[in-house]
Amino acid sequence: MPALNRLPLMLNVNGEDLELFVPVHKTLLEVLREDLDLTGTKHGCELGECGACAVLIDGQPILSCLALPIEYQAPAQILTVEGLADGATLHPLQETFAELGAAQCGYCTPGMLVTAKSLLDQVANPTRAQIVEALSGNLCRCTGYVKIFEAVELAAERLHRASPAAV
Amino acid sequence: MTLIASDPEADLAEFDVVGTSLRKPDGLPKTTGSARYADDLKLPRMGFCRLLRSTRPHATILSIDTSAARELPGVFGVITGRDLPVKYGVLPVGQDEQALCTEKVRYVGDAVAAVAAVDEETADRALDLIDVAYAELPTYLSIDEGLNKPGEPIHEGKFGNAHRAAALEFGDVDAALEEADHVFEDTYFFQGNTHLPLEQHACVAEWSPSGKLTMWTSTQSPHYVHKELAKALALREDQVRVIAPPVGGGFGGKLELFQHEAAAAKLAMLTGRPIKAALNREEVFYCHRGRHPVLMWVKTGWTNDGCITGMDFKSFVDGGAYMSYGAASLYYTGALQAVCEHIPAYRWQGLRVLTNKPPCGPKRGHGTPQPRYALECHFDAVAERLGMPVLELRRKNFLQPNSKTVNHLRVTSNGLRECVDIVSRESSFDARHGKLPFGKGVGFAVGAYLCGAGLPLYWNDMPHSSVDIRLDRSGVVTVSCGQIDIGQGSNAMLTTVVAEALGARPEQINLISADTDLTPIDLGSYSSRVTFMAGNAAISAANQLRNLLVNAAADELDVPVDELVLRRGTLWRRDGQGPRLSFAELVKLAETRNGALTATGSYKPPKLGGPFKGSGVGPSPAYSYSAAVVEVDVDPRTGWVTVDKVWLAHDIGRALNPVLVEGQVEGSIYMALGEVLMEEQEFRGERGPRVLGVHRIPSMLEYKSPTTFETPEMHTFLVETIDPEGPFGAKEVGQGPLLPVIPAVANAVYDAVGVRIDETPITPDKVLRALEARAEGKGGRFGPTKIPTYPFPRLIKVPPPWAEKAAEG
Repeated sequence: MPALNRLPLMLNVNGEDLELFVPVHKTLLEVLREDLDLTGTKHGCELGECGACAVLIDGQPILSCLALPIEYQAPAQILTVEGLADGATLHPLQETFAELGAAQCGYCTPGMLVTAKSLLDQVANPTRAQIVEALSGNLCRCTGYVKIFEAVELAAERLHRASPAAV
Repeated sequence: MTLIASDPEADLAEFDVVGTSLRKPDGLPKTTGSARYADDLKLPRMGFCRLLRSTRPHATILSIDTSAARELPGVFGVITGRDLPVKYGVLPVGQDEQALCTEKVRYVGDAVAAVAAVDEETADRALDLIDVAYAELPTYLSIDEGLNKPGEPIHEGKFGNAHRAAALEFGDVDAALEEADHVFEDTYFFQGNTHLPLEQHACVAEWSPSGKLTMWTSTQSPHYVHKELAKALALREDQVRVIAPPVGGGFGGKLELFQHEAAAAKLAMLTGRPIKAALNREEVFYCHRGRHPVLMWVKTGWTNDGCITGMDFKSFVDGGAYMSYGAASLYYTGALQAVCEHIPAYRWQGLRVLTNKPPCGPKRGHGTPQPRYALECHFDAVAERLGMPVLELRRKNFLQPNSKTVNHLRVTSNGLRECVDIVSRESSFDARHGKLPFGKGVGFAVGAYLCGAGLPLYWNDMPHSSVDIRLDRSGVVTVSCGQIDIGQGSNAMLTTVVAEALGARPEQINLISADTDLTPIDLGSYSSRVTFMAGNAAISAANQLRNLLVNAAADELDVPVDELVLRRGTLWRRDGQGPRLSFAELVKLAETRNGALTATGSYKPPKLGGPFKGSGVGPSPAYSYSAAVVEVDVDPRTGWVTVDKVWLAHDIGRALNPVLVEGQVEGSIYMALGEVLMEEQEFRGERGPRVLGVHRIPSMLEYKSPTTFETPEMHTFLVETIDPEGPFGAKEVGQGPLLPVIPAVANAVYDAVGVRIDETPITPDKVLRALEARAEGKGGRFGPTKIPTYPFPRLIKVPPPWAEKAAEG
């Protein structure tokens, strides 16, 4: 059995403090998927090229395949696709992506969703150009991106309607 | 998006679910992270498999020493080809693959050994301890080398590396060209490219001591993997169960058994542990089975007024190291030339050459985008040579609906003319083509594609798709079908057609898919077949159950059947009298009367295809049609091509779910733009020495694919021709819309800067070289200038269908 250099860690994932004891070289992606069974976060390259593994750290998208958990210990807030919904209430992006067919095979979807959430948290009514820019690091092979842009726009509209004061 | 009914009388309101943009049943699982793909599965005691892959493009294996790997702590098992000796292949004529090579390796990446260990790192360390001794063989990296370089061929065979050839002639092409007022010829090269699904292939294999293997794998065809896996493992087919979890993109790249699947299965059998094999991105590039590079030559004859008299076409196909789908791919480079235009005489000669590169196979459009690119660019050039506006020339030659092609393909619904009218009008093509400032251009092209292959891969007369429906007294409708949703929306399609045909609400429907033990056969998500075939099978099953429900209600209410309406999960009397019955109440009535309520429907295409060898490729129960106009901006200083706008009209038959249909059109436009502007599967040694046969760019960073920044404005138009045999009149949309976009870009580049780029991808360096050549007075073209001389087999001469009729008459 290989000698493993393990480390105790406390991560805050989707609002929960979780204690872990994992090998130091494991990426955040691997810890999320393999140790925490949060398999909603996907991977398409493990080299920081495709954006499928994006998660939010304190609201900012990062590529979890290039991140080591030791850098992001609590109180840093890690948000994955599993934490997008507010209890049983889905985030508008989750609804609009499903309604508009912005998730075809769905493999890029979790990374797209969290990246789009980060944008909407910062810019309430983004222009198409801002959406294009924000999602430019997330590859999708199915949709041609158009339905994704439209889903982000529709979600922005719904969020705006729900709490116009926040704008 | 605009929906345009081809028939103004068409009454779309006759449906409750068909034609509505129902949310995909798998939509929310995919946006909440709860959809579990193959690599998300985890079983107790699971081990991890990694493959040792060849570092040589072509070599004899002298020895494999696995002893050190076996002793590494954490290793559960090590296997070589001796553990998996049976050869297999997806085509009956292509049984040329091995899960782990025993005698020789044929491309960099071919697997020679496999390890299962406690984790992937340990498995990788074990791979490093395996010692393989190779003796190098000559390496063939191009069609030219495959044909002309001396040495041991890649596979044993009568014709060496020239492993498949075909030659067909319909009508007298020489006479047709002789009689023509004008004859033109051109040469084109379409570069190979790969599917690049976001999900890397992954599988989990579990062996039950009672003698059953279960495999969860990311595949577009559980059925073909089932058959191939049983063969590779030397198990009976009833000992193998293949389950496809949701698939993270396929595009043709997950349509057959892969080495890691067979290896993981064998290791599961030997170790008694569940074994997962998950490929990294580099391995996915080497698995490939993508677009064949094809060198093409086309010669056509024309009358003075712009009618085609005949066509002569040759395709030279670079196959890579194995057959895969290659025999079919080869024929597809000659099969669909005549489905858009009426071509009175047609000759096609094709050759597939083996090379020491990852095997090519089916990618979206399977063998059709390459010749369609050549033809559409050729027609654009012909119009110019004849001095005719391109649309005027094209409109003179389009095939009529309900006709036969020269090569005996039956065409029924055909909305090509409407598609052309729409995109030309919407883009103001006539007013702008040839008239925009230097650097701006518009290009036009059309295309047509199958709605499912007319024949299965292994010839038989059984159904291509079957659907079981079971009604529960709760009102739940359980629909079982072997089909697999790879993102194209086939789950939504089945939900829509069953709800509509049965008169149920979509929320009642529960789908069970893609499990070879639980679901009846569907051949798989390829050749754009699922809507047409599984859709028709589902309607057949639903109609049987609907009759049982309505008859039971008619008995109960004592009214004639035709006075009852069953829609949206409720039954009522047409005259509004009497009670309304819920679906669950109806099921209870019918179950009381008939016993358990289940029905099976199946679909088999009608007998199609001509009376000749090779006629199995090309026939389909229907063809979709598309037309595209593309607007580009070309920077003459850098050669950079920017696609600004795409107008695409697609003859969908009927849009069962307009939003999802539009998504397929947009995805096709996107993939076409990647192929025509940037994507290429390229190997070291093709353009100079270095390490032969190594992929130059096996990563998502270096293998350029379009990002959000490269997304043009897309204008989609759906033409509804209501196909007579399609489910509710529907046809395919997953592949056809890709076809016209590639040549439309090439034609737009010509319109913008006056150079013909007769080779894909149209990269800035090629545009610049063509512009430089033109400036030097050497003609403004980049592309191949010659084709190999090859002794094709004797032509199979087949009279066109109209000649037979004339003879009979």
